[in-house]
Amino acid sequence: MALSTDGRRAQGSPASPPAEKDGAARGPAPVSAKVPLRHRLRRDRTLLLMTLPAMLLLLVFAYVPLVGNVVAFQDYDPYIADNAFQAILQSPWVGFEWFQQMVNDRLFWSALGNTLTIFLLQLTLFFPVPILLALFINSFVRPRVRAVAQAILYLPHFFSWVLVITVFQQMFGGAGLIAQTLRENGYEGFDLMTNPGLFKFLITFEMIWKDAGWGVIVFLAALASVSQELYEASAMDGANRWRRMWHVTLPALRPVVALLLVLQVGNALTVGFEQILLQRTAVGPGASEVLDTYVWNVGITNGGFSYAAAVGIVKGIFGLLLVLGANKVAHLMGEQGVYKK
Amino acid sequence: MTGVAGIKPGTRGRLRPVWEEEPTKAGLASKGVVLVLACLAVLFPLWVVVVTSLSSVRTITDAGGLVVIPRGITFVAYQELLGGGQVTRAAVISICVTVVGTLFSMAVSIMCAYGLSRPGSVLHRPLLLFMLATMFFGAGLIPTYLVVQGLGLTDSYLALILPSALNVFNILVLRAFFMSTAQELVESARIDGAGDFRILWQIIMPLSRAVIAVITLFYAVGYWSAWFNASIYISDPEMMPLQNVMNQLVLKQERPTGLTQVINTGHLSLLAIQMAVMVLALIPVAFLSPFVQKHFKEGMLTGAVKG
Repeated sequence: MALSTDGRRAQGSPASPPAEKDGAARGPAPVSAKVPLRHRLRRDRTLLLMTLPAMLLLLVFAYVPLVGNVVAFQDYDPYIADNAFQAILQSPWVGFEWFQQMVNDRLFWSALGNTLTIFLLQLTLFFPVPILLALFINSFVRPRVRAVAQAILYLPHFFSWVLVITVFQQMFGGAGLIAQTLRENGYEGFDLMTNPGLFKFLITFEMIWKDAGWGVIVFLAALASVSQELYEASAMDGANRWRRMWHVTLPALRPVVALLLVLQVGNALTVGFEQILLQRTAVGPGASEVLDTYVWNVGITNGGFSYAAAVGIVKGIFGLLLVLGANKVAHLMGEQGVYKK
Repeated sequence: MTGVAGIKPGTRGRLRPVWEEEPTKAGLASKGVVLVLACLAVLFPLWVVVVTSLSSVRTITDAGGLVVIPRGITFVAYQELLGGGQVTRAAVISICVTVVGTLFSMAVSIMCAYGLSRPGSVLHRPLLLFMLATMFFGAGLIPTYLVVQGLGLTDSYLALILPSALNVFNILVLRAFFMSTAQELVESARIDGAGDFRILWQIIMPLSRAVIAVITLFYAVGYWSAWFNASIYISDPEMMPLQNVMNQLVLKQERPTGLTQVINTGHLSLLAIQMAVMVLALIPVAFLSPFVQKHFKEGMLTGAVKG
């Protein structure tokens, strides 16, 4: 009986790294079909105990909320009971009413449109920047120059969004440095931070400032693993600098690019929640409302928990479908994607 | 004479493979310009913020706002801010939440990563799957909010720590690293009678210092930068951490409580105060991240590759 359980577990674990396969032979606690489950539980009780706090946290803050999504099918009333859990139990069921309402909600579609526009901007303007930066940094021969450049370019990744947006306001805002310098020289000032038409470009620009340098790490690592002999051989064959980049460097980046594209597409509906929330009032919801901020606004600010939860569910399902779809496309293109087939 | 086969020393000691062309002067110069511009794009705004926070009212008025060239350095803004008002309290709260939260997150993550890293241990695959699955779905904002509320965590500092205490990706990175550290050492320790806690504490953790440093930084930066949890779970303005106060003072242009008079009488520039708050928020990350920088690559890649 223990044998069959072992067999099933070994099959049904796409997540386990290949290193484990030989680990069974040399590890301190070998998988053995002969040891009954109850003995193994006792043998590994310390290990299980160690994972317990993490599992509890995940259960409470990742799995219980998943069940909490039932409020989307209810007319949830927070004041019906003292406790949120009690209120969920006592609220009346309404079926798919909220989802029907969503289809007719102009604001929902506008938020969806904004989300997708911002995603496309990110994909075209943000995504290539770390690749180009990595190629650029990689072209420097002296390790000192690389190290200093990386240290500086990584830095903004560790700033909070509040800080990044504040920095931008001080540079490009109505009272910011650029407007101030323009006015001093007799030109008209401007305020990039409150311009609804440019808002989507602004936040893409902010993302580039904050995270493009950080994104470089992965690509630099991929570049570092390219064999020098390939470069040498292609140079022998007469390939110049650009040819070598085209035929050696870029193909080496292909799998990483594919993986990151899949991840990016999977997050298409989750674009810069905190970042946009902080700037929402400055430009108005028409230009800036995305699905996440819409959920926040309807649910948390205005107390429409049930409707907001319904929007959240739709967003979650489409997000999941996007990851699976993008991964499928990556497989079709011969890349590995996030998980193996 | 080259020392390393296939590599020729160029001018000023840089190493260039023999097959690579010497760069042209123009090419090198333009590359230098691009690099300097990219670095300036990051550093210049920070410079302006720091200099303005250190400037006197006079300098700021003369400059008509932000100051680029430092003149008449003064620490008044910092003295006022750290003299025990709203910002001091917020900074202390942020520091405490960051320290307690990071210790808690690290303790739970390291234990979990170790518990799942022993090859062939019972139940480790289902538990790993249980953990991994959370990377593919987010429960959504509303139900999470309701759970935190239902647990009675609102208006307590626990709401700033518990809901976002774990990052599954970080645990995977730690786990992958623990699995790659010398298994022979672990085995011999076990034969000598060491229990799992002792192995983790005395063998695995000292060997994994680099990756632990990276993950600690990630968690710490997360706690230090967080403002959203406080903004939805905490209503008492006295309990707000630094990022939220900075949001109020700088983005919403509110005046710091208690300092209005100093500002109105012209002893202190509101702008200098705002910039000083930004510097306070900036200092820890700007000073800590360079120390850990050389290990970033491991931290980013170990988990990503092994998944």
